[in-house]
Amino acid sequence: MGRTIVPIGPYHPLQEEPEFFTLTVEGERVVGVDARIGYNHRGIEKLSERKTFDQSTFVIERICGICSTSHPFAYTRAVEDVFPMEVPERAKYIRTIVAEGERVHSHLLWLGLAGHFLGYNTVFMWAWKIREEILDVMEILSGNRNNYAMFKPGGVRRDIKSDDIPVVLKKIDSIVPTLELLRKAVIDDPVLHARTKGVGILTKQEAIDFCALGPTSRASGVARDIRKDSPYGAYNRMQWKMIITENGDVFDKLVVRILEMLESVRIMKYCLNELPDGEIDANLKDIPPGEGIGHIEAPRGETFHYVKSDGTNRPVRHKVRAPTFMNLPTYKATIVGETISDATIILAAIDPCYCCTERVAVKNAKGKKIFDGEDLIKLSQRKTEKIRSKMGVK
Amino acid sequence: MNGNDLLNGIRDKFKDDITNVFEKSETRVYIDITAESIVRFANYLFRDAGARFNIASGTDARDHMEILYHFIVEEINLLISLRVKLDKSKLEIQSLANLFEGANWIEREMNEMLGITFHGHPDMRRLLLSDDWPEGVYPLRCDYKEWDPNAIRDRGV
Repeated sequence: MGRTIVPIGPYHPLQEEPEFFTLTVEGERVVGVDARIGYNHRGIEKLSERKTFDQSTFVIERICGICSTSHPFAYTRAVEDVFPMEVPERAKYIRTIVAEGERVHSHLLWLGLAGHFLGYNTVFMWAWKIREEILDVMEILSGNRNNYAMFKPGGVRRDIKSDDIPVVLKKIDSIVPTLELLRKAVIDDPVLHARTKGVGILTKQEAIDFCALGPTSRASGVARDIRKDSPYGAYNRMQWKMIITENGDVFDKLVVRILEMLESVRIMKYCLNELPDGEIDANLKDIPPGEGIGHIEAPRGETFHYVKSDGTNRPVRHKVRAPTFMNLPTYKATIVGETISDATIILAAIDPCYCCTERVAVKNAKGKKIFDGEDLIKLSQRKTEKIRSKMGVK
Repeated sequence: MNGNDLLNGIRDKFKDDITNVFEKSETRVYIDITAESIVRFANYLFRDAGARFNIASGTDARDHMEILYHFIVEEINLLISLRVKLDKSKLEIQSLANLFEGANWIEREMNEMLGITFHGHPDMRRLLLSDDWPEGVYPLRCDYKEWDPNAIRDRGV
């Protein structure tokens, strides 16, 4: 059978890692995949070497719009590790609250889009509706819906007012019923099972070899969570569950993210209720010469920052490693052998950025366009419709 | 297994390859090793000690080039950074990409950003820089000149 090259991409402006995939297909089956990234490489590491430690926090925050907490969190921890020093207890709690709020809104964003790709537009509407509640919470706490500017080396920039806490707790509570509903809907829905179970499997050994991170590795049965492995912030002050599933398919990645949101809500509520009094900032003055490593669990996995200081007010070297850098290559293992209508959801299952899938174009050997991004999503939605009617589910 | 046992084991096993061990804190250890031993070290940490490869970070330290390979042993929360110093006249080292897939992309990145050659890498193409980026220009080196008179961008167009 003849082979067709399917270019997907090249780029989308949302995340720091836009990508261009070349799928090789035989009929409906994907037989090869290659990725090209770097379309949005902005030289942040080089830029950060010219900024002071304090200014870098703001540059780093703008690496990604969705992970605007995890990069400054890892960076400030790297700078603090140069000493090494610990931040005040209240600052740890505030950092944890902001980081978990980000995890909930990031997972909801993913869940909504995954629903849309699979033809479940109700899920899309609901997930994004309750995401607004979380963004409101973040606005109350930080003044911004995104890019919170809460972090600084040594502590946080903004305190949480005690008057705000009841309002915030009420808003967080209001999303729990919908999250429970979504959880039940995913776990019970036979169509969703048929559509996502056994699709795009990443085995445990592959997850280890690819050094996969976050929900991508936990869905494959690798118990890997920086919040448990190297506790930071306030995560070791309370009981919470690390969510692990065994199969590594798209369904398990879906389940991991939904259950994680419920855990995140519990962590947020605990921190808000038990918020200790005291300072929020250690008032760091000079950063001594030395090296520091900070790594934290972002919504997509471990974010890793390495900072080298020579005693001046600027870092000599600042290395940034986002989780998608390790998760992205895993579809060498997941996508080969699957059908083209499952390609969108498999590429989306590691939670990279989404604009890329809007720019998909399928061309046949003569270069004539057969599908574009919307067609691929429609293809995926039609497959769900077909399964639905076969099962007699409306 | 605790951190001390692991470090003592490493000291015994690789005593000829280690030039310095710096225990910065309970969770961070920096080990200076020779460039020839990196594959054996990585194999031991990744396969035998069950460590995860975080990432590698290359730095231009002016008189030499430095690569830090960061491994974390998750069970005991110990981050081990292997430091390799490369002479600027001989920027080459064995690739780890055949040991585990996770090292593939970062070696491609260090190759184009710093000009380090990785021997035995299965797929050494550009990763981040564009295709029209000139050969032999490495943006993360200290002597990199940002304002290129021939670039359209830098002429203020």
